[in-house]
Amino acid sequence: MDPECSRLLPALCAVLVDPRQPVADDTCLEKLLDWFKTVTEAGPSLLLLQENPCLVELLFRVLKAHDPRPRVLSFSLRLAGLFAAQEDCFQYLQVTPSSSVSQQGELLPMLFGESGPLGGAAWTAPTVRSGWLQGLRSLAQHPGALRFLADCGAVDTIFSLQGDSSLFVASAAGQLLVHILALAMRGPAEGHPSPQGCDWPACAQKIVCHVEDSLRSTATLQVTQALNVLTTTFGHCHSPWTQGLWVRLSPLVACLLEKDPIPASHSLVDLLLSVARSPVGSSDCGLWETLAQTLSHLSPTQAGPLALGILKLQDCPQALKTQAFGVLLQPLACVLKAAAQAPGPPGFPEGATGDSITVDTFLSSKSACVGLLCQALAHLELLQLLPQRPSPWPQAPLLRAAVAILRFCHGSAAPTSDVGGHLCAVLAGCVRVQRAALDFLGTLSQGTGPQELVTQVFAVLLEYLTSPDSSPMVLKKAFQATLRWLLGSPKAPSCCDLDPHTQLFLGELLPVLRKRLCSPCWEARDSGLEFLTQVTRHWGGQAAFRHALLASEVPELTGQLLRDPESYVRASAVTATGQLSSWGLYATPTGPEHPEVQQESLFTELLHILSTDSEGFPRRAVMHVFTQWLKDGHADVAEDLEQFVARVLQAASQDLDWEVRAQGLELALVFLEQLLGQPGSRCPYAVALPEAAPPATLAQVLQALCRVQLFEFALRALFDCDRPVAQKSCDLLLFLKAKATPCGGPQEAGASPDVVSVEAALQRWQAGEQGQPLGELEPEAVMAVLRSMDLEGLRGMLAKSSDHMEKSPQSLLQDMLATVGVLGENEADCY
Amino acid sequence: MMALPYITEHTGFTGTVYATEPTVQIGRLLMEELVNFIERVPKAQSASLWKNKDTQRLLPSPLKDAVEVSTWRRCYTMQEVNSALSKIQLVGYSQKIELFGAVQVTPLSSGYALGSSNWIIQSHYEKVSYVSGSSLLTTHPQPMDQASLKNSDVLILTGLTQIPTANPDGMVGEFCSNLALTVRNGGNVLVPCYPSGVIYDLLECLYQYIDSAGLSSIPFYFISPVANSSLEFSQIFAEWLCHNKQTKVYLPEPPFPHAELIQTNKLKHYPSIHGDFSNDFRQPCVVFTGHPSLRFGDVVHFMELWGKSSLNTVIFTEPDFSYLEALAPYQPLAMKCIYCPIDTRLNFIQVSKLLKEVQPLHVVCPEQYTQPPPAQSHRVDLMIDCQPPAMSYRRAEVLALPFRRRYEKIEIMPELADSLVPMEIKPGISLATVSAVLHTKDNKHVLQPPPRPAQPTGGKKRKRPSDDIPDCKVLKPLLSGSIPVEQFVQTLEKHGFSDIKVEDTAKGHIVLLQEAETLIQIEEDSTHIICDNDEVLRVRLRDLVLKFLQKF
Repeated sequence: MDPECSRLLPALCAVLVDPRQPVADDTCLEKLLDWFKTVTEAGPSLLLLQENPCLVELLFRVLKAHDPRPRVLSFSLRLAGLFAAQEDCFQYLQVTPSSSVSQQGELLPMLFGESGPLGGAAWTAPTVRSGWLQGLRSLAQHPGALRFLADCGAVDTIFSLQGDSSLFVASAAGQLLVHILALAMRGPAEGHPSPQGCDWPACAQKIVCHVEDSLRSTATLQVTQALNVLTTTFGHCHSPWTQGLWVRLSPLVACLLEKDPIPASHSLVDLLLSVARSPVGSSDCGLWETLAQTLSHLSPTQAGPLALGILKLQDCPQALKTQAFGVLLQPLACVLKAAAQAPGPPGFPEGATGDSITVDTFLSSKSACVGLLCQALAHLELLQLLPQRPSPWPQAPLLRAAVAILRFCHGSAAPTSDVGGHLCAVLAGCVRVQRAALDFLGTLSQGTGPQELVTQVFAVLLEYLTSPDSSPMVLKKAFQATLRWLLGSPKAPSCCDLDPHTQLFLGELLPVLRKRLCSPCWEARDSGLEFLTQVTRHWGGQAAFRHALLASEVPELTGQLLRDPESYVRASAVTATGQLSSWGLYATPTGPEHPEVQQESLFTELLHILSTDSEGFPRRAVMHVFTQWLKDGHADVAEDLEQFVARVLQAASQDLDWEVRAQGLELALVFLEQLLGQPGSRCPYAVALPEAAPPATLAQVLQALCRVQLFEFALRALFDCDRPVAQKSCDLLLFLKAKATPCGGPQEAGASPDVVSVEAALQRWQAGEQGQPLGELEPEAVMAVLRSMDLEGLRGMLAKSSDHMEKSPQSLLQDMLATVGVLGENEADCY
Repeated sequence: MMALPYITEHTGFTGTVYATEPTVQIGRLLMEELVNFIERVPKAQSASLWKNKDTQRLLPSPLKDAVEVSTWRRCYTMQEVNSALSKIQLVGYSQKIELFGAVQVTPLSSGYALGSSNWIIQSHYEKVSYVSGSSLLTTHPQPMDQASLKNSDVLILTGLTQIPTANPDGMVGEFCSNLALTVRNGGNVLVPCYPSGVIYDLLECLYQYIDSAGLSSIPFYFISPVANSSLEFSQIFAEWLCHNKQTKVYLPEPPFPHAELIQTNKLKHYPSIHGDFSNDFRQPCVVFTGHPSLRFGDVVHFMELWGKSSLNTVIFTEPDFSYLEALAPYQPLAMKCIYCPIDTRLNFIQVSKLLKEVQPLHVVCPEQYTQPPPAQSHRVDLMIDCQPPAMSYRRAEVLALPFRRRYEKIEIMPELADSLVPMEIKPGISLATVSAVLHTKDNKHVLQPPPRPAQPTGGKKRKRPSDDIPDCKVLKPLLSGSIPVEQFVQTLEKHGFSDIKVEDTAKGHIVLLQEAETLIQIEEDSTHIICDNDEVLRVRLRDLVLKFLQKF
């Protein structure tokens, strides 16, 4: 420990035990504990205690206080636990005499035993009980601790704390039990203990017996506690003894399945999955049978998470996987059955036929039906993305089911059965199911399906996109699903263009998109623009798409939305027009109602937004578009590159939004890289393209940078009050410096008047006076300034978080003492 | 409302009509517009022979399919309108109106339009709610008063949305999008509508929308003989508006933003297409005008004018008419037709929530609401679902509401009440006998003190029947209480009876005086003394029994 901290520590300990002093807040005490933890982990605790006797005295004094404050008591318990984690220190604390306190005694039993806070009034505070548990958790690291726990009867107290009214305490008690069990089984008992338990250590035997009793209990709460302890055990302990534990307890767990209703079914599912994921699962000890049995006993809603968990397992019998998959598919099988015009198998694998229990759940209530469907859809969506998903994957029936659900929700399905009628009534207009089904349908786009089904998918998506009743969120999901299906659709074999079905669909889709862009609901306009951006990004070069889009009036409408009253929409419109323009699909609006913008190019219009828009989102979007244009060599940019960069940087430098300024630096970096002839320099594996022109000389580059006032922009950003901007600028200048130095660059300019004035301006900027411009700069002067600056040092400074000064333990101790001191002064002032 | 003159002027109606003020004023505007439209094109002669059933049968469809053509009437005149309106008595929300003392009637806000009402009809012990066109959406009128509908014995549910599948918000979105697309392409938009109601909300929507859609330079025309009055009236009914709009009045600002549209010349209104409108008319534009049936009114001219160009669009927003039938005479038509019915009245989901909230004992509704619409028979969500099932009725069916009147409230005159001496027979329950005259007038019942015994009047004049005074017999006191058998036997023994035997029966006891050959049957609500013609003994025993009972 550093000497200054050692010097401050006695005063702090005195403050903590003084009941007249206000207790520092919890955060300070937590930070203090964190610090002690690092200190004890770094060196011997015993030495620490011997060098700082005030710590032991603190523990004694807190114990002896008549009315200890719960926070301080909890802190002391945790602190003692941290020290006692090392065996020698544990021994020391067991029999420590206090130096100045009249009473002496065994400190640890006094803290954690029955004579300690356990029986006192402070025990009613949850923080004390939590501190007691956490103290023991830290302490229980060696065999001596086990004996101590047995001697002071702590395990029984932990049992009772499992049912504590505070959830934090109850959870900590459960975890502590697992920790003690693992500790007890470590060492001599490690290996394969017999399931009967005759060779189990006493402490472990006691805990396991308690778990057994709890599993046999009729109270659901106790069963839950036992299951949670076991779940944690199998989740964290992977030693061979866990196998013996499972063999011993699995009959009791299996007994739970015979009860009706099954108690604590959620916890049971968690336990079984935890066991299956542990090494126990890889050895067959009846686990798969229990899982199969559980799957068939649980209600459809409860069985869903278990089925998904089973399907995620790496090694698992195929029969069980089939059963689990059947459980997940059942709700969809039910829907298919209800929607079927003609009777026939839905096409799902055996075991997923929509059994009567699932049907009952569907019919029981609206919330049960909606809940079950949403759960099944979400689980199947997750599963579809996994490499170990069941094979063969029933793509076609799943597609049919998703379409059927969406039709039920839309009211366009015509069911023939009673269940169908019920589903129709329950699902009509249900936004929750619509969202889940659209997400699921989108995920299914990764697979293929028969053309007739794909046509149905597009038809139902079009229904949702067209329907005035689609809520904004549903519309967004419909657009997303449509995009995924469009991008996943096959290309025509003969040429690289879109296939005829997709072209046909586009013909229907674009008028809908056009209408959505005119919607009075801003979310609809926004989703439409996002869709347009994405689809253009992928298909901007496809002739059929270009043709359809140009004929659709959509680009003009997009341009008009640059003046939308809603800032999110303006931002999306900026991105969309930027994308359209990149592909040559954007024509400036020339409608009669906008004569004022007739002659303006999109660049001018976007620059206008960057300089004048009151909201940050559109301005950020403009910067992203400009950066992209620069990267892509957009025609508007290539026309006069330097003019473009200069104007953008000028607008960005005055922006109040730090993200815009940071993006300005990004653009500057792209420009710099292009000038230096290193396109894609940040991707070492990129294929080097043949360069049209040789890279310019460094002198020319620096001249160009001066002309676009990039230096002024970057140097100003170096002292930006927002750290990310300053960091980015620092990186940029370092990059430039590194490029310039080896090439020999312009010679030293010495202390020319230019350099002096630049340095003076920089000092003023650093001091916060950013008003003054640098004026015309010479490359030599700039390079001289760069060389004279300690950019590496600055980067190091910027990399530290803003509170690095205040994070030191010394500062923490001083703060805590100062708080008390300040309060003391105030008290004095009162007299 | 539009049929009111037919009832008040042609049926010998002599009663009073109750309505809220906005209903009367806006109703007058609607009728005035109708009369104006009809009278603009007077017909020299009218044909009625075709209404003969035999002739009608031979006519082409749809004329031959028209039902009850014989009951079709000519449109009323403005005089008839004024006469009908003069019979209306104005009422306000929550005002209690006594009808002949039998029931009390109260209008409540229904949230559908300015002044639109639901009604509560209640007696002292029964409550019937009549729910007509109501809306739970936040539009311009005062919100629907649901709380007052609670505890109804019967809730009569009518006036639900005509288009249950069309969500008004979605339809407004469609309306705006289609309007914008048409105008952007240089086309005109025609909106056939009534001069009041949804148009206020549409104008408000457009007020917010036109700037964002870049339509600020497009003129909006509202053409109706009552356009000016409608726009002005809507601004002065502050107390009938929703809270937001009411608060604007205190700022003071006009509650509806169409005032600003008019001020900035974006919305212009004209009584007809003749006159000023012809000078100001500029295309592309948006025109709101009537009649939504497209059979008369200025809308007919615009249909003729714009029908041939596919650039133009007609957008139907009123749900009352089939747009296909409305368009039939104009076919073939090149202009685009968009159907966006905006019906803010309750849909079935809202009804279900309303019923859960209000919890009436019984629901009565038209037969159509108890089954899915014929065109969508699978949509079981489009019908009323409540427990017990709703009781349905058909057109012109007379229905007995499912409750019985069990109690009437009767008032007691103070002097009579003064004379009563209640006796507590159980804790908290006191009884008193009353002798009085029940006086009933206007369905109000009053107990008055009985007249003094009539003095003999010499008998010269014959009494008129109305002077008959009911006979006031001296009433025997009423008895209450129960007879404790053991104590009763002891009392009998005390009074010299011996050889007493008590038998338990199913209903009570039999006390047998064997010596006197007498039987006393004591049951819960009766006591019989059976003795063999010994009146003295009977009276003696009776008095002994009476000692155990309370009299009043």
